[in-house]
Amino acid sequence: MPSTSELRPLSGWGRATRSQAAVTRPSGTADVAAALRCAGDRGAVARGLGRAYGDAAQNAGGRVIDMTALAGVRAFDPGSGEITVDAGVSVAGLVRHALPHGWFPAVVPGTRWVTVGGALAADVHGKNHHVEGGFADHTEALELVTPDGEPRHVTRDADPEAWDATIGGMGLTGVITAATLRLTRVTSPVVREELSRAADLDELLARMSRDDRGHRYSVAWVDCATARGRGLLMHGDHAGEPGTPPALAPPGLRAPRWAPGALLGRATVRAFDAVWFHLKPRVRRGDLVPLASFFWPLDGVRGWNRLYGARGLVQYQCVVPHGAEDVLRTILARGRAAGIASTLAVLKRLGPGGAPLSFPLAGWTLALDLPAGARGLAPLLDGFDELVAGAGGRVYLAKDARMRAATLRAMYPALERWRAARAKLDPRGVMRSDLARRLELA
Amino acid sequence: MRDALGRVQTAAVFGGNSEIARATIGALAAEGLSRVVLAVRDPGRVPGLDDLRAKGLEVHVVAFDADAAPDAHAAAVEEAFAALGDIDVALVAFGVLGDQERAKRDAAAAVALARTNFVGAVSVHTILGERLKAQGHGAIVVLSSVAGERARRANYPYGATKAGIDAFAQGLGDELAAHGVDVLVVRPGFVHTKMTAGRPAVPMSTDADTVAKEIVAGLRRRAHTVWAPRQLRWIFAAMRHLPRPLFRRVRG
Repeated sequence: MPSTSELRPLSGWGRATRSQAAVTRPSGTADVAAALRCAGDRGAVARGLGRAYGDAAQNAGGRVIDMTALAGVRAFDPGSGEITVDAGVSVAGLVRHALPHGWFPAVVPGTRWVTVGGALAADVHGKNHHVEGGFADHTEALELVTPDGEPRHVTRDADPEAWDATIGGMGLTGVITAATLRLTRVTSPVVREELSRAADLDELLARMSRDDRGHRYSVAWVDCATARGRGLLMHGDHAGEPGTPPALAPPGLRAPRWAPGALLGRATVRAFDAVWFHLKPRVRRGDLVPLASFFWPLDGVRGWNRLYGARGLVQYQCVVPHGAEDVLRTILARGRAAGIASTLAVLKRLGPGGAPLSFPLAGWTLALDLPAGARGLAPLLDGFDELVAGAGGRVYLAKDARMRAATLRAMYPALERWRAARAKLDPRGVMRSDLARRLELA
Repeated sequence: MRDALGRVQTAAVFGGNSEIARATIGALAAEGLSRVVLAVRDPGRVPGLDDLRAKGLEVHVVAFDADAAPDAHAAAVEEAFAALGDIDVALVAFGVLGDQERAKRDAAAAVALARTNFVGAVSVHTILGERLKAQGHGAIVVLSSVAGERARRANYPYGATKAGIDAFAQGLGDELAAHGVDVLVVRPGFVHTKMTAGRPAVPMSTDADTVAKEIVAGLRRRAHTVWAPRQLRWIFAAMRHLPRPLFRRVRG
């Protein structure tokens, strides 16, 4: 028998979706297998730290497997930077363990409070996707417990079908219980950051296209409140000369210097954006910034998602291929015209993607945080979907909480291939989530 | 599944010919509802099916008798689940107004009214509550009435049945809240429908589409009560506290 389960209402990070499930917190791979074997007719899904914005780690009336107790480091080679961890280990945990030895995860998402299992199931990307790919591209192998209860060792080469279905597969092929990652060498706990302003979106896009290759990390923030779409471009590289002995302080997980204000009204958002924008210098070169401030500024504000009030927030993150920049312009213009408050939008360039349900494709990704209760939000976002799908782009499932099944089919052309692979791994359809129900994935 | 913006995919209506329920289905369809079950007394006689299908809805019709025993209600609910998979919204919309003057004097007529509006609704709510609890999500919408807010001489046999089911639904809402299930109590005033045809309209009367709009907005914000029109909430807040002698003179 797995550990006992408890009926609990669960939400996504956006706090705009909610359902009840029987939550189990297994302490090892064998417990996970047992929990899957006795999942009821509404199935089961794994849940990490609950950072998916929507309903991906909810399973109404079914079982949810809380993975946070599987948090051990199984093996670590400080010489090669290869680390094998339980899937419930967070990115913060990886950093805590590896940074003192001069290693850092090769890809980190915008929050360090995601588990390794969740990062693989959502195939998360970071600020370096344009040069180094996503989280899974730096993963050697994973351990997957499928609903027949047997742990499988999955690698890209030995079992490409299972690998591709699981990477970005939103937990619907089984439960990832461990993974082997290749870390990247760093010689300091700081990032050399270059900041520069761009007067409008065109300048931002042009400069990103030109300069991205020269930097490991690149991201831009667009001020949605202005018609031109002025922005702030941030480039970063791990500081420290190669070969210098790592002089590492303990991980500098310091709170950042800025925090979003009350995000509730249009006026506050506009004021915040203006103040924030002008507080940043026009150009700043070579400042050394702690890793945490550079990668995870929002982590410094515990529970920032609550700023959106009882109705919660939705994040709209899409990607469009190069050449479809007009879609970005239209989205920003329509959002502004609709008067729906968004703070700064995050703009990044992505490199090519791979797995059928994986989000990245070569192009531009734009992310907007929006209050779920805003009037007219549903038709506005449906309109965005149409533009994005029409341009050959897609919406990120780890963020989505409102897309329709038909739209998903248009955005993910390899969906049927994924379904076929999933059917082999989970023939009885045990792996289920609210997201899967809403989008008719499973 | 209900999405983050409060849109639903499936709905089941018990009392599927109710005009308010049909208007609600229409409003939900405009927002993305795709499949609906209409549970009605006579599945052979369901007007307006083509209109619903023209909206792109997949429509199923299920036999359902509000006056039947709980077992029969449970069977109808199961049939609805079988047709839809999950039920995102269940509307409990059946009810009769009856001949109030007759119900005041004829015990059998009064009991028949209470059986449909109260006993039948208690049964359906209990069954739906258990099923949605097991499903782990969903909403029940119950059509109550302002007539239940304060009984009055003109229609107390009807008003009492609505007062009863209103109280039951409030308690059920509190019971289910911890299980991720919402219960929305709808208190319309005088609504122009076939049920009220021929009756003298009162001030602030409304129509089915207006009530439907309030229901959809209430579902979206996970409200526990909506009034239609909205001002009735404040009017009845005052009405509830009027001293009896005064109340008698205000409403006949």
